[in-house]
Amino acid sequence: MAFIPHTSADVAAMLAAIGANSIEELFDEIPQELRTRALEGIPEALNEMQVGRLMSERARADGALMNFIGAGAYEHHIPAAVWAITTRGEFYSAYTPYQAEASQGTLQLIYEFQTMIARLTGMEVANASMYDGASATAEAALMAVRANRKSSSARILVPTTLHPHYRRVATATTHNQGLKLEELPYAAAEGTVAPAALARYEGEDITALVIQQPNFFGRFEDVDALTDWAHARGTLVIAVVNPTSLALLKPPGEWGARGADIAVGEGQPLGVPLSSGGPYFGFMTTRMELVRQMPGRIVGRTLDVAGKSGFTLTLQAREQHIRRAKATSNICTNQGLLMTAATIYLALMGPQGLQRTAAAAHARARELVAGLTRVPGVRQAFAGAHFHEAVLQLDRPVAGVLKGLAARGIAGGFDLSAYYPQLGHALLVCATETKTSADLERYRVALSEVMQAARAA
Amino acid sequence: MAVSEKVIYEYSTPGRGASDQWPAAVPEAALADLPAPLRRRAAPQLPEVGELEAVRHFTRLSQLNFSIDTHFYPLGSCTMKYNPKACNQYAMLPEFLARHPFAPESHGQGFLACMYELQEMLREVTGMQGVALSPMAGAHGEFAGVAMIRAYHRARGDLRRNEIIVPEAAHGTNPASATMCGCVVREIPVDAHGDVELEALRAVVGPATAGIMLTNPSTLGVFERRIEAVARIVHEAGGLLYYDGANLNAILGKVRPGDMGFDVIHMNLHKTFSTPHGGGGPGAGAVGVGARLLPFMPIPVVGKEAEGYRWLTEADLPQSIGRLSAFMGNAGVLLRAYIYMRLLGREGMQRVGEYATLNANYLMKRLQAAGFDAAYPGRRASHEFIITLRRQARELNVTAMDFAKRLLDYGFHAPTTYFPLLVPECLLIEPTETESREVLDAFVTALSQIQKEAEQEPGRVTSAPHTMPVRRLDDVRAARQLDLTWKPTAPP
Repeated sequence: MAFIPHTSADVAAMLAAIGANSIEELFDEIPQELRTRALEGIPEALNEMQVGRLMSERARADGALMNFIGAGAYEHHIPAAVWAITTRGEFYSAYTPYQAEASQGTLQLIYEFQTMIARLTGMEVANASMYDGASATAEAALMAVRANRKSSSARILVPTTLHPHYRRVATATTHNQGLKLEELPYAAAEGTVAPAALARYEGEDITALVIQQPNFFGRFEDVDALTDWAHARGTLVIAVVNPTSLALLKPPGEWGARGADIAVGEGQPLGVPLSSGGPYFGFMTTRMELVRQMPGRIVGRTLDVAGKSGFTLTLQAREQHIRRAKATSNICTNQGLLMTAATIYLALMGPQGLQRTAAAAHARARELVAGLTRVPGVRQAFAGAHFHEAVLQLDRPVAGVLKGLAARGIAGGFDLSAYYPQLGHALLVCATETKTSADLERYRVALSEVMQAARAA
Repeated sequence: MAVSEKVIYEYSTPGRGASDQWPAAVPEAALADLPAPLRRRAAPQLPEVGELEAVRHFTRLSQLNFSIDTHFYPLGSCTMKYNPKACNQYAMLPEFLARHPFAPESHGQGFLACMYELQEMLREVTGMQGVALSPMAGAHGEFAGVAMIRAYHRARGDLRRNEIIVPEAAHGTNPASATMCGCVVREIPVDAHGDVELEALRAVVGPATAGIMLTNPSTLGVFERRIEAVARIVHEAGGLLYYDGANLNAILGKVRPGDMGFDVIHMNLHKTFSTPHGGGGPGAGAVGVGARLLPFMPIPVVGKEAEGYRWLTEADLPQSIGRLSAFMGNAGVLLRAYIYMRLLGREGMQRVGEYATLNANYLMKRLQAAGFDAAYPGRRASHEFIITLRRQARELNVTAMDFAKRLLDYGFHAPTTYFPLLVPECLLIEPTETESREVLDAFVTALSQIQKEAEQEPGRVTSAPHTMPVRRLDDVRAARQLDLTWKPTAPP
């Protein structure tokens, strides 16, 4: 029997010990009329060899496009050691470290993760992960409402340069608690938050301002000015950041005169494969003074009864298993294994490796944009610098172009037209250190062919 | 075997690094376009270690853990069953890992077929009408479920319904999820046999009732026998029934939540469908709904059409409660659950509930025979059961915590302790179907031995564990003198 070790002699002996005649008898407390008949919709079992064949066929059917899509999930080199260690049974098949003495490996690893993420973001403390960048952003908005005691409006300003799916997740997560997420427009020429857009909020009670850096268009917000603007009127700042970019960019802890209050982001770029969208992990950081408002698990270092240093879950009075209806969040299971991968990734990259990765991604993206904008009918949407992705405007609908590119083995980018109709035929493209100049040239040639074919048609 | 390991920063040497993993340096000129005020001034303080140093460090850390692969892990309510290696290997095929979430659906038909079939199989085993896969953990599924209940009442113009009823023995996530959805929580008691008190339920339902959240079998390890009456009372009051799937392993293939009258459920795929717990996650909290809640499912959902599979989004489900993840949830976890279900097949799925229940009842009977007190001795165990050590605590001054810590020395992970809160000095024990009779017998021997120690040399038990990397930790110090990140100077 698959994964059940019992022999018929075992079953007989066990039933005898219980004093039951059959396994069936053990279900005698379930009302008879509720009992399930055969599960006809479930196929017959496959053995491991057959499953291996099925899954290999399914994987092959998906093919392998050369990827130039970013939009919140980024292709980076992942050292072999990362997943060789992450999938060790001792990490992979352990539970949440509630029994601290038997879970020191996981606990110390979380402590190391908290340290690395705090240093990378320039913030004081980090938790042990959230579901993903979008859910971390939603939780940050809820946290800001708890933390900002001077504000009673529960109004959160959210720029439209924040990832559109993050905005939707934040709305779906917070609207039942009465939060009001208000959209802040961007300046059409720059693709960044327009300082003028803030003027209309003068004198109003705003709980928090969200700032994504680099923003969804790959552009750089004026984070210092925005942060200082918010702090000057008692508004908290929620930073949404790309962890790779932080090797080059000013960390949220240093934004403006006082730094961001909460910084979150998608951890996937740190050693987690694209994998059709998950599992990834969100990270969440804050200032020490707000740590009791932060959701999620937190590990602290302490001493055992013999005075030896050890690690344990701490500040649990914030959490659902203690506080129930009054907890900071309902989160219980998080994304521990992905956090494990990210910790190993950051240890292998170190400050130099991460800096080189960010710089190479930036250089490749510039090269990509320079090449693609040479193709007739393609122009860059926004003037100025971008990190590792940028918005292009085409002279024809993006969907058809992407289809043509896919036929040539290329995933050409993310179609913005449904999300930002004002941008016309807009395409968000990305390149990272994984691409060579030859790859970029291959994309340029393919795009040129597709555009030409479309024009001829 | 490692007994302790330095913090990785203590291995750090300036200038060292796994440079083979790094891309070539780009000339500073390539960064000249980045505005100077936005640049980072000092490099982030990350460890600088060689690859072998890192590999050894993290391998040694792994050796400080108990896990299913190394130890019996009878953690009640957590379903720590074997995570088949095939599920991991085939979910990590290179094409699956490389696929971008926004890659065209034309180049994801293999993956989408797995997701569609997973939705269909989960529908079948739960008896629900529709399944959505995107919630990323049990609590996330609970949130989705309660949000759907609210959306349903709102769509009917029934705006008063904001109360969620929760039995007092429920998981903490239930009331917390209800609060996340802006609901008011009403707790109701259970009777001496572990069943919901129907009178209390009748007294609390009314025009403000949005719904009730129930786990069945309950967290007390027994089947809620009057489930049909509970369903009738709540439905007649205009509320909906939410099924917390944390204990679905107990009844897989035996009784379906949809047939019990539940309107919405979440499934912990990381419990019942054997995806790994990963030291705290990732999970997957797929939700299933009855006909009334179909329009409100979280997006995206996989649809099947003549030309193939595609994601259904806002345009297809305009009344959806919306998106709960940036992409589509924990895809890789869902693939593992899919593979597990294909390996089990129709009959294997029915055996899960049977053998999980056989193991739990056998272990409970053997522990009772060894002198331990079951919390509900007159009831069948479901896939788990509760032992109360109230007598030992009173007579010997040895608590459930002490027994749990001493079990670690005997090479067993402790059961869940002090949950549910209403049973004093309790151990909630869930052996799962994948453990052999020999393992269960050894566990009984260990607990009996600890009982003997508690009687003869209680200090041995109350000061346990003795063989772990650390002894009992000072939790008060941890919370008062917060040390949450490593600093160059100060070990505590």
